[in-house]
Amino acid sequence: MATARSRGATIRSNAFTYANLVPFVFFALFPFYFMFVTSFKSNAELYNLKSSPFWIQTGVVTGHYTFLFGKTEFLTWMTNSLLVAVVATSVSLVLSVFAGYSLSRLRFRGAGGFGTAIFITYLVPPTLLFLPLSQVVSWLGLSDSILALMVTYPTFLVPFCTWLLMGYFRTVPREVEECALVDGATRMQTLFRIVLPMAVPGIICALLFSFTLCWNEFTYALTFISQSSNKTAVVGVTADLIRGDIYYWGSLMAGAVLASVPVVIVYVLFLDYYVSGLTAGAVKG
Amino acid sequence: MAVGPQVLEAAGSGGAGRLARLREWWEQEEVFGYGLILPALALLVALVAFPFGMAIYFSLSDYWVGSPGGFVGLANYREILGNEIFRQTVQNSFVFTAIALTLKTVLGVWLAMLLARPARFKRLIRGAVLLPFVIPTALSTLGWLWMFDSLYSVVNWTGIRLGVITPPGPNWLGQATYAMIAVIVVNVWRGLPFFAITTLAGLVAVPREYYEAAEVDGAGSWSRFWLVTLPLIKPVLAVVILFSTIFTFGDFNIVYVLTRGGPMNTTHLFATLAYQVGLSGGNLGQGAAIALFIFPLLGAVVFFQLRYIRKE
Repeated sequence: MATARSRGATIRSNAFTYANLVPFVFFALFPFYFMFVTSFKSNAELYNLKSSPFWIQTGVVTGHYTFLFGKTEFLTWMTNSLLVAVVATSVSLVLSVFAGYSLSRLRFRGAGGFGTAIFITYLVPPTLLFLPLSQVVSWLGLSDSILALMVTYPTFLVPFCTWLLMGYFRTVPREVEECALVDGATRMQTLFRIVLPMAVPGIICALLFSFTLCWNEFTYALTFISQSSNKTAVVGVTADLIRGDIYYWGSLMAGAVLASVPVVIVYVLFLDYYVSGLTAGAVKG
Repeated sequence: MAVGPQVLEAAGSGGAGRLARLREWWEQEEVFGYGLILPALALLVALVAFPFGMAIYFSLSDYWVGSPGGFVGLANYREILGNEIFRQTVQNSFVFTAIALTLKTVLGVWLAMLLARPARFKRLIRGAVLLPFVIPTALSTLGWLWMFDSLYSVVNWTGIRLGVITPPGPNWLGQATYAMIAVIVVNVWRGLPFFAITTLAGLVAVPREYYEAAEVDGAGSWSRFWLVTLPLIKPVLAVVILFSTIFTFGDFNIVYVLTRGGPMNTTHLFATLAYQVGLSGGNLGQGAAIALFIFPLLGAVVFFQLRYIRKE
């Protein structure tokens, strides 16, 4: 059916699409490319106004990375980030599975109200509450410890995951659940053996987003922790690699690149889950 | 004291009976429902609702880091509203939010429409476009800080070579207007993928027949967009815009890393000013009052969400 004219039209239409997408892709990726290139440049080249900033001319230098590992607490920061992310994500996921199942499947008085309450906390930006929370954290004796982050991160993870999981739980047919109950399974068994296995994509999504949100969190980590060895990777790189007014651009960029790696790996492996979670989180709201 | 077998038996059966009763009680839908939601609710009450109450109390008291002060009524608010820096911050917040949000919406819809067109490497392109949203904002903003450096800015370097910028070029983060532009650019850069990908989800759901019908009726691509696409993606777009309004308005990371609110407070937002006054300055009372100014907007957004959007 494809006539010469329509083939020509298709080519033109494709050319149009690509030509318009290129600026967006460039805009999205250039900063990362630039950070990456900077992190491998010698200081002499970095601070030479004559040399092109776009590529490396005088040889690849790994000194900024060795500086990071040798002279800073970068590895400690990465470990802290990992610990916080794993603990906060696990706790939040358990709480959210319970809450999400309860709100999406069980009928009890006030369920609608609780759902709305959780939805509202989902919209509260962390910047609204960081001042009083820093006081709560200090009353709990957790100031300046990664425990403070493990305790406070669930405040934004639980509403998000609960909301996300509710959508997935709703897709499990009610009949399957009722059969299990009639067969004598307890409600807890029904949740764990019947409903959860059917909501695995939702669980993966929730895990993925929680991990990323924890790893990327900045405000609380900056506010609650002052001792360098207790910082997370994002705050350590942002706050501790800048001393006074001196910017070590090479190692700053090296730190930013390396501290992004775990998130990028997770993202690349689970891109499709990421996209579906993003749309579900916003659209089902 | 000898315990008779009868006593033991009675205790045992009583225990088992109690356990069975407990299990029966727990298996009720209502009880199980409350039981499951309780842990999450306890957490949110303790670490969201309670701190919110504290924020209100702080804002009404003379509370400094390390020295709880007494109730002072609306003194903090009065002082803030009379403060030049705060007024500047209010103006910044609205300018920043309005411009960033408009750009994200327009560019986001445009990008979504491009992504919806058939193309090779679709997955790769989507993955690339979404990346700014995934990478830790504070870290990618460090990259932008370097790109806007007063001396080594790659933006100026390129602009000067291309002849679009007269040397030495603007000091991006040192001049009020340019600093605001820089902060907005980074916010748009980071938020655009979210707009595009969620709008794309809405676009894909539009049945092809609608477009074909419009085409048969002689509608051009522009009127197809206004009459078919836009009305159909409106619900999704409304959610995304409302959602983004509150997080743009409450932004902290980008401004903190890029300008710290400067130069001369021209890029301060409520969150960064609250941080500066409440934590760096130690005046928790005033800091809390400043942060609470985010709340009315949050309230409005929640109201719209609940009133109009969840109904649809």
